[in-house]
Amino acid sequence: MTRALPVLTVLMLIVALWYAGAVWLNSTWVYDQAQRVGTSVTLAEVIPQTMTQTRPLLPPPHQVAAELWKGVAGQKVTSKRSLVYHGYVTFRGTMMGFALGIVLGVGLAMAIVRYRVMELSVMPWAIISQTIPIVALAPMILTVSNQIGVENREIPKAIIAAYLSFFPVLVSMVKGLRAPDAMQLDLLCTYGASDAQTFRKLRLPASMPYFFASLKVVVAAALIGTIVGELPTGAIEGLGARMLIGSQFGEPLIMWAALFAAAILAGGLILLVGLIERLARARMGAPA
Amino acid sequence: MIWLLGAVLFWLAAWAVNARIAASPLGQRQAGRLMVAGLFGITVLVLWEGLVRGFGVPAVILPGPSIIGPTIAGNLGTLWADFVQTVIKGALSGFAIGAVAAFVTAIAIDRSPFLQKGLLPIGNFVSALPIVGLAPVLVMWFGFDWQSKAAVVVVMVFFPLLVNMVAGLQATDRLSRDLMATWSASYWQALFKLRLPAAMPFAFNGLKIAATLALIGAIVAEFFGSPIVGMGFRISTEVGRLGLDMVWAEIAVAALAGSALYGVIALIESWVTFWHPSQRK
Repeated sequence: MTRALPVLTVLMLIVALWYAGAVWLNSTWVYDQAQRVGTSVTLAEVIPQTMTQTRPLLPPPHQVAAELWKGVAGQKVTSKRSLVYHGYVTFRGTMMGFALGIVLGVGLAMAIVRYRVMELSVMPWAIISQTIPIVALAPMILTVSNQIGVENREIPKAIIAAYLSFFPVLVSMVKGLRAPDAMQLDLLCTYGASDAQTFRKLRLPASMPYFFASLKVVVAAALIGTIVGELPTGAIEGLGARMLIGSQFGEPLIMWAALFAAAILAGGLILLVGLIERLARARMGAPA
Repeated sequence: MIWLLGAVLFWLAAWAVNARIAASPLGQRQAGRLMVAGLFGITVLVLWEGLVRGFGVPAVILPGPSIIGPTIAGNLGTLWADFVQTVIKGALSGFAIGAVAAFVTAIAIDRSPFLQKGLLPIGNFVSALPIVGLAPVLVMWFGFDWQSKAAVVVVMVFFPLLVNMVAGLQATDRLSRDLMATWSASYWQALFKLRLPAAMPFAFNGLKIAATLALIGAIVAEFFGSPIVGMGFRISTEVGRLGLDMVWAEIAVAALAGSALYGVIALIESWVTFWHPSQRK
């Protein structure tokens, strides 16, 4: 309770600010309407009208919540208007990119730890690759995969998500695989362990805490990558596409509902990864 | 075929040279490291060119570096205008506003552990959210020009920076703070002489993360509407016209801008936090 109270207070503060912002931004429209019909409105009349517009500049929280609820529970799950459906499409893309990013990151980290020449040549470029804004590449990855005949719309999204997510895995795995100290390595050496055995019995288990620590960052990055992959590309499915539709057709409520659906998805994924981490740590006998 | 073979041969040769350098004492020094990384970069370009020519990949799918290079040289004016619009007006101004806002907020809530405890989990959570999704909203509010791009950047960089600053201000140990107290330093003296400098490694960590985010935000925001100049605008229109050489030229500029921004921040960091163990040579 002592931990929840400050968080709740700040949340309340944000909601209050949000309502104030909604009144402030949406009131222009109300005044405008009143002026057109030649009447004047008092502040007490304005406030209720800013809460119920169909195309508000900033929808107040309860309108967003209602739209979110309509999208989640008001439709059949398979409907094109269901946020569950679009969320699932985004989730699938995220998971593909997540898996691809982990495989790529772990593979590169293994090579870098094993071969010094790999470290010297690949590591600087891996860092530079992250300073390239991936969104610059996103539209192109999509056109190119279209042209070489990749029908599956998931693949370009997964590539973008993987590009954002491989780097944190790479960095923490390199650190983790190097975590065993010289004494432990020497011990395995006296046992006559081969490189592969050292890797499997010492380096890999030692890297696990680092690996899991990176996963939370990675899953969020993969989700951002997937949504960015859906944004500029005329995709028709997924939360990113939903935001784009809301923006292009002037339906802010759709946009905000998709945004919050994405936020909820992100929160769920982070919690899930945290749970897996705790289970894995418990199995490896780490102190809780 | 000859291109393919040549590229693969070059790759093997470069790899052999790199392996030699890495194994030799030269590989321990800065110059050797630069050589290996540079040679690897050149190898990638040669392989790219070789594969594109060897397999006869049409330029509308993947243009080789030999096409992209002249495109960059021939369109310097356009690229510069796009760079100014997106990076300098959009990303950098948003980055500066967001950084100052996060800095001020962190100091403002520094005296209230209650607010900090409430803000940290929320800030951490918001940093993980796909904030780029706000781009269409902010474009709707602030119009098509660079102001809306700067606004997207402000929102994107604010929370990662805030979380890092708050964590940084808490980073001093008990002993140092007690020492300040024995000198009867006031709150502000302790802040400026002890806690702000101690927070700097964290702040720069956040700034480095935010630098990449700023460019992403500025470019994505342009996909939702922009004047007829800007890197995001150019990329989305040229992709539509299948002018992929121009797209790659913009990507090269974006990569250069991103690396330069990161490099400048790293340089300032090495001046400001020269005392930190990670900066020791």
